[in-house]
Amino acid sequence: MVEKAATPKIPMLRKRALQIAGAITTPLLPDDYLGLLDPRWSTKEATGTIVRVKKETDEASTVVIKPSHDWDGHRPGQYLRIGAEIDGVRHWRAYSITSDPGHPDGLLSITIKRVDEGRMSRWFLDQVKPGQLVFLGAVEGTFRLPDPLPGKILSISAGSGITPVMSLQRELIMQGADADIVHIHSCRTPELFIFGEMFRELQGSRPGYTLIERNTGTDGRIAAADLDEMVPDWRERHTFLSGPREMIDAFEEYYLEHGGEDTVLHVERFQPVIGDGSADVGSGGTVSFLVQDKEAPCEVGVSILAGGEEAGALLPFGCRMGICHTCVGRLRAGNVRDLRTGELTAGEGQTIRICVNAPEGAIEIEL
Amino acid sequence: MATAEAPRPSSTMHDPNSDHPLHRLTPEQVAEIGEAFQKIGDEVRADLGAHDAEYIRNLVTFHRRLAALSRIVLMASRYPPAWLLGTTGLSVAKILENMEIGHNILHGQWDWMNDPNIHSSTWDWDTASTSASWKHSHNYLHHTFTNVVGKDKDVGYEIMRVDPKQDWEPRFLAQPLINVILMLTFEWGVALHDLDLEAIKKGEKPLSEVREDLKGIAEKGRRQIVKDYIAFPALSGRKGFKRTLQANLTANLVRNVWSNAIIFCGHFPDQAYTFTEEEAADESQGAWYVRQLLGAANIEGSDTFHLMSGNLSFQVEHHLYPDMPSSRYQEIAPRVKAVCEQYGLPYNTGPFGKQWLMVQRTILRLAFPGGKVRKKAPAYVAPPKVEKRGPEVHTPQGPIPAFP
Repeated sequence: MVEKAATPKIPMLRKRALQIAGAITTPLLPDDYLGLLDPRWSTKEATGTIVRVKKETDEASTVVIKPSHDWDGHRPGQYLRIGAEIDGVRHWRAYSITSDPGHPDGLLSITIKRVDEGRMSRWFLDQVKPGQLVFLGAVEGTFRLPDPLPGKILSISAGSGITPVMSLQRELIMQGADADIVHIHSCRTPELFIFGEMFRELQGSRPGYTLIERNTGTDGRIAAADLDEMVPDWRERHTFLSGPREMIDAFEEYYLEHGGEDTVLHVERFQPVIGDGSADVGSGGTVSFLVQDKEAPCEVGVSILAGGEEAGALLPFGCRMGICHTCVGRLRAGNVRDLRTGELTAGEGQTIRICVNAPEGAIEIEL
Repeated sequence: MATAEAPRPSSTMHDPNSDHPLHRLTPEQVAEIGEAFQKIGDEVRADLGAHDAEYIRNLVTFHRRLAALSRIVLMASRYPPAWLLGTTGLSVAKILENMEIGHNILHGQWDWMNDPNIHSSTWDWDTASTSASWKHSHNYLHHTFTNVVGKDKDVGYEIMRVDPKQDWEPRFLAQPLINVILMLTFEWGVALHDLDLEAIKKGEKPLSEVREDLKGIAEKGRRQIVKDYIAFPALSGRKGFKRTLQANLTANLVRNVWSNAIIFCGHFPDQAYTFTEEEAADESQGAWYVRQLLGAANIEGSDTFHLMSGNLSFQVEHHLYPDMPSSRYQEIAPRVKAVCEQYGLPYNTGPFGKQWLMVQRTILRLAFPGGKVRKKAPAYVAPPKVEKRGPEVHTPQGPIPAFP
């Protein structure tokens, strides 16, 4: 199944009217004809219009978007998928939301750092003009402030990993929380610190906020072992960690080994490895792919996607971590288990993401 | 005997191996052909972009506008000119939607765009058969086992005998009549065909699946009937109800007859080869390409004809590359022909009328027992290039090209 934008919220009355009109437009939907007039009128997919692109540093910009339909809102630290059409192909990426929740103009923003090989980031930074239509996925993510708010916080961010951390810290300030925050941010040079000005200002104006800048260009990368020296009381703090995968892996390991009983680590990683058999979840089983007439055995912890590919099935995939919904298939028989949460999904007709779900016994899937 | 066919011993039907390219080619040649065809496909795939996306989007938009306008015009269907205009528009819209849009999208030709609105997994088309069962019976069964008698259920659609390799049975005596009925009710025939009647008869298909499929067809059929024969006629008011109903029925008939004609010309003309299960067993990638090439037949025609046939007039190219955007078939045809010429392979093609009459002749002849394998097309040879010379004017120095 192909990756889709979120379904916009529309009033009941309009929904009813569209359903009735469907009798004469079948097999198309009334929305298909509305979309002919203006793609923003279609209620099939959530869309948005780019209002402006604001430069943050030499290699990062904030893209401001006006959603076409009522926006459900988000919690700071969450992300959403954004779809855009580049050279005839629709691409999707997940970006942290950097706008404040409940923006008075209903605006939404993401902040994008240039990735040299990145088709989307280069498109957003170099080519996008105001008025451009983009597709909006659903708001997702569990990288959020806990309730009740912790008293002592350590934020560790690197590069573009600053984006969800920025949202969390703005939220703390907006809530008027008096939490003690230590924020370590590393990037190549001081000029490349996205939102650097905002944080440096905060350092002077808000008591209890300490910013530690690390320039990897001159000082090298930060190591987990440096923590004891930089933030001696790190074990007593809620740590919010966001950055490249190697950095997160290293810190996670260090926390596991050296952390105390009350140490809490929240992690935002955009490239985890799921479904390769490393998770010891569920029973494993056999997958029958109905359309392709293929059978794939999956060991414990092996996702339907990984097992199917191993068996030679041609399967759609995107992020391979349960974000993008590209690999959604319809369960026709049997149960599956989510490798991230251990949650069991049963029942015919359910749509599931094959990259994060593993078979629990024999299953049949259609995609 | 002056034909290329080998003399046939009277006791057996014929010797299919006489000049069968699949048997004449060496394994190395077959592998080379496979690589050559693969290369053409890969190059086109790498080249797909905004230009192609624009083509299908424009076409989808055009179809929707034409369909909507025709339906609006038909609200005045009690006036004959409106009836004629609306019915013509709707017929064209339905043909475009089924042939160039629906069939090709369901093949996954546009899946590379990653657009959920133009994607094989989400598309449904304006015809009785459901897209899910169509994708199985057509994309999988027919396109994988093309023209393998006994495996490709599209050889005669299980109700007709269109190849002498199929055993004759008394029921085939009725096929001249069945043929005409099928032409008129083609969309329903296709929907039922997707059920895979033979597998049901043999008990290979579980009844629960049959029930599921029937439910799908019933639901799809219900929606189609409500739309064309109740809802839209009702929009024309009491006086126009019957006329609009007739218009919609006519448009569906026109679409049925047209798509039947185009589709029957794809594999049943005399030049197309059929294969035995042994010939197709354990075949290599190259042999698969060769079988697809031999089993399909093109139709010659204008650009409009190609569009209205959903580019199935490039049936050969379509069978070599079922998931390549159809708008590219015409462009790669010369390259396919070049491969044919290099390896002495036929490139089956002919004018529409001739191909269609050949198919009808076969259907009539094979209603009766016997029938021989017809002569296959010779190896493709590119027509000699004729240098086009413009008009000349005479001067004292001799002739010079005329201006302008």
